[in-house]
Amino acid sequence: MSAAEAVRPASVDVDELRIDLVGAGVDVVDEIGLQIYPGEVLGLVGESGSGKTTVGMALLGHVRRGGRVGGGTIRIDGRDLAALSDGDLRRLRGGVVSYIPQDPGTSLNPALRIGTQLSEILEAHATSMSDEQRQARLREALEEVALPSDETFLRRYPHQLSGGQQQRVAIAMAFANRPRVIVCDEPTTGLDVTTQARVLETVRDLCRSHQVAALYVSHDLAVVAVLADRVAVMYAGRIVESGPRERMFSAPRHPYTRRLLRAVPDIAGKRTVVGIPGHAALPGGRPQGCFFHPRCEFAQQDCREVFPPVTDLGAAHQVRCYHHDRAVQEAPPEGAGQADQHAIGGDAVLAVQNLDAHYGSRHTLFDIDLVVHRNECVALVGESGSGKTTLARCVAGLHKEYTGKVRLGDDVLPEAARSRSAQARREIQYVFQNPYASLNPRRTVGQTVARQLALFHPGTKGDVSRRVAECLERVALSSSAANRFPDELSGGERQRVAIARALAADPKLLVCDEVTSALDVSVQAAIIELLGKLRQQMGLSLLFITHDLALIRTIADRVVVMTDGRIVEQGTTEQIFTAPRADYTRKLLANTPSIEVALGRVAAPSA
Amino acid sequence: MSTDQTVDTAVDLGLEAGIEGRAPIHEELRGHEWLWILRRAASLTRTRIGLAIVGLMVAIALFGPLVAPHSPTEFVAAPNSGPSSAALFGADALGRDVFSRFLHGGLTVLWLSAAATAVGIIVGTTVGLVAAYARGWVDDVLMRGNDVLLSFPQIILVLLAVSAIGPKLWLIVLTVGMTHAPRVARVMRGAGQEVVERDFIKAAEVVGEKRWRIVSSELLPNVTSPLLVELGLRMTYSIGIVAAVSFLGMGLQPPTADWGLMINENRLAITVQPWAVGLPVLAIGLLTVGTNLVTDGVARAAIGLDRGGKS
Repeated sequence: MSAAEAVRPASVDVDELRIDLVGAGVDVVDEIGLQIYPGEVLGLVGESGSGKTTVGMALLGHVRRGGRVGGGTIRIDGRDLAALSDGDLRRLRGGVVSYIPQDPGTSLNPALRIGTQLSEILEAHATSMSDEQRQARLREALEEVALPSDETFLRRYPHQLSGGQQQRVAIAMAFANRPRVIVCDEPTTGLDVTTQARVLETVRDLCRSHQVAALYVSHDLAVVAVLADRVAVMYAGRIVESGPRERMFSAPRHPYTRRLLRAVPDIAGKRTVVGIPGHAALPGGRPQGCFFHPRCEFAQQDCREVFPPVTDLGAAHQVRCYHHDRAVQEAPPEGAGQADQHAIGGDAVLAVQNLDAHYGSRHTLFDIDLVVHRNECVALVGESGSGKTTLARCVAGLHKEYTGKVRLGDDVLPEAARSRSAQARREIQYVFQNPYASLNPRRTVGQTVARQLALFHPGTKGDVSRRVAECLERVALSSSAANRFPDELSGGERQRVAIARALAADPKLLVCDEVTSALDVSVQAAIIELLGKLRQQMGLSLLFITHDLALIRTIADRVVVMTDGRIVEQGTTEQIFTAPRADYTRKLLANTPSIEVALGRVAAPSA
Repeated sequence: MSTDQTVDTAVDLGLEAGIEGRAPIHEELRGHEWLWILRRAASLTRTRIGLAIVGLMVAIALFGPLVAPHSPTEFVAAPNSGPSSAALFGADALGRDVFSRFLHGGLTVLWLSAAATAVGIIVGTTVGLVAAYARGWVDDVLMRGNDVLLSFPQIILVLLAVSAIGPKLWLIVLTVGMTHAPRVARVMRGAGQEVVERDFIKAAEVVGEKRWRIVSSELLPNVTSPLLVELGLRMTYSIGIVAAVSFLGMGLQPPTADWGLMINENRLAITVQPWAVGLPVLAIGLLTVGTNLVTDGVARAAIGLDRGGKS
């Protein structure tokens, strides 16, 4: 940190913050210390349940129901939040400290025009302004986020805007009162990469030009690498490592940070992603000593006794680990190895020919041609609305309104899954995006898998439980999971169950529809590892639908790029990433956040 | 844990650790939401009061005939005479013992109501869930048919059928049940529509599960909480309608003892001998209040009002 920052007071100064669960006697987060200086973006990274949002909310003087500040201080712009009255807190929020929510679709009032929403927040805080000044500020706020500020736009309702525009309105509202501090809670999670890139740029520019201190809460390491000046990593309610961006990504010290980075795929190169074994501990179930030690390969006796104190490594880099020196020596910081090569057979398992699909009167897919060979992984990539899921559903027999042919081997399949032969249904299996919705909550895992066996392998009556255990074993779940209900499992485990169910049919082709987008990055890596292993063991072909280009680089043999219902480019993964031909592909690549590119290790793909 | 475990075994160990770390659920209730709801409902005061009332009325209906001092058709005192040593609550318009007739008269109301409720719930749930799952024209035909039936008051349809065919008990059960069905169907369709959108239904379609199987074993187990509430609600309405039909003389015929009929037979002498009307009125009133309290408790437990949010 420069000398100038030592003189300038921090806009956010959190010290030893602890937030408790009321009545449970356990903390959600504890020993949180962070400073953010004017104009600086601090990326707060962590997986779900790590407490990152809890910390973000605390900066707004808000604690979720069931929680309470148990100790420590939060100073915003020099003011201690604990000392403020409710009225003062209200004036602080939206004025001195403001908030950009995750989903603008739910945070904007659908019944109010854009202009009304914006002037509301100005009226609440900029009370000394005249109406004309407020109008001017309102237009300025919209122009800053590159939105039109004319009367027509101000009279629109939120539903008349795209997701990206809605998020810009939310950003304009957050910056309208010239706050000193801004809290961003994963504001780009629901957006397409192109929109995300523009939104990130806007946030960064506004923070710089208005000298706003920003806390950017995210699970996406690549986004943080692009945006943040400093990064803090949270695990199970503690900040385990923090430091300047370059050091955090090129020389991380904490074993968790290092494992996390190994789990992240990157568009810059084909790499093996490695999941983190085990689970993050929940409040109340955290182990003695370092919370990460049960999952840590460097854990020693001391790790099991006392949580490690903060070690200052200089240059504002801090880590909470006894053995960070060993971690650096023994493990490579990221997956340097090449991903496995698969032998791809010549014959096509799936061929889609001249497929056109409709939704009622809407024409959604245009003249799609696609082939998946034996043991091949074909990635279908596109932004939301590109028709990639519709195509997958046509293949699976879930979307019936199409013309053209879907061939499985030599047979042309009927449109509806119900009219297809049992064999066709067995050979194409579908894994859904959201494992929280794709398993019947009233059935145990064992019943779900057993039903699949009964449907496709009716001979296996006597030894069903043994067969179920085998299926679960293939996806690295223990046989005791058979007695569990879905809501007793984590997201990653549920997705494994969904995969086990699909595999129980003994398919040739697995259609994976965004199977990792609902999961944390370390869990995503474990699922990707598993799919790779299954491909080798069972000779499976994969049709892998995703919006995440980085993931494709790791898993796919061939890539099909779609937009607006049309295929714009097909090619081997190497071709697509090193020599993309279509403008659209180049734009996608240029807008996908990458750690490697952000750190300047590889050149940015040109748009 | 050793430091050199493979990813696979570590995932296994992690799975167990993760599960143990979660809040314990009553082992026997796992996956059976309706049992869980009933248990939570039973802890509410309103449910307990309701259960006590319903229990008392059911006990009277079931065991009343065994302890009744007289036969329900025996003449014991002067018509419309007040309470005496021969008749605890006096005699009715024909001189029969009011108390004995009261003790004999509950069973028919109860079983007719229960049977009608069962008919309504079964038919209504089937129609509602089929409409929710089928969508399209099947949904339209079923639900518009429903709307036609819904436009008539229940009692009118029941009276119409009974006056056309005659005062048969099976007919009362059937018609009361069938007038419940569209009301149940509308609720179950609404509940089902939400579930039908979830991916596990598509997962069942993609592997070619039969339609009836998707409705019965994917959809039905996921709508048990509104089903429980409907069950209670329709029972309450059944009691009212069955009693009303008897009162109008379209149900059980004299000289049978029946609460609804008793009110009708003795209403002219209400100022002279209020017990002959008051006792059955009180019984029917208490019974509906009781079933309503139980239903209210179940509904509160189902939406999590009892503990400020469903965990």
